[in-house]
Amino acid sequence: MIWQLDLAILTLVVITGIGALMVKDLLGAAILFGAYSFMMCLLWSIMGAVDVAFTEASVGAGVSAVFFVAAVFRTTRRTKD
Amino acid sequence: MTDLVSTIIAKYNYWIYITLMMIGLYAMIAKNNLIKKIVGMSMFQTAIILFYVSIGVKKGATIPILEYSHGHGHDTQLVVHAADYVNPLPHVLMLTAIVVGVATLGVALALSIRIYDRYNTLEEDEILTQIREEK
Repeated sequence: MIWQLDLAILTLVVITGIGALMVKDLLGAAILFGAYSFMMCLLWSIMGAVDVAFTEASVGAGVSAVFFVAAVFRTTRRTKD
Repeated sequence: MTDLVSTIIAKYNYWIYITLMMIGLYAMIAKNNLIKKIVGMSMFQTAIILFYVSIGVKKGATIPILEYSHGHGHDTQLVVHAADYVNPLPHVLMLTAIVVGVATLGVALALSIRIYDRYNTLEEDEILTQIREEK
């Protein structure tokens, strides 16, 4: 495990997580959550957990981002916070 | 004092996991929008999964796939040194947790779609005032 890369991607994970909670548009929140899941997938491949990494890439970054976009499409994009 | 600082720096990943977990908990409690609450729940889950996977990491170890297995003509290399491979047990447990997390996410999003159909909003305070007016 390369700790410089680990720290850089952990910082990106925190930034995309805070961004997904702060943005005032639910579609943007869904996209930023997909980016968060992809950063998490990179983090797992750095840690040597390759099976968890490709499960996260397909299930986390793929399916749950699609679920979020579908739910936002069925409801509304507007949010107050 | 320098002892404390070096302890904190040496375990930097655990501090960041706890930060991520607290961000998720804050979003679940304080955010007003239901979708934001669900994003916070998902972040909370991934922080716990990160903690468990990071327990299995060893210094100088490689991914848990055996380099020389049976039937490859390396009979002298059959002894497996556990220190050369990261611990795969937390990975297997957390694989289940990821799939369960996506199932939870799907149920939560389906419930929020039903709530939107009924109350025509996703904000928690507006839903609560509508429920109070109905009574």
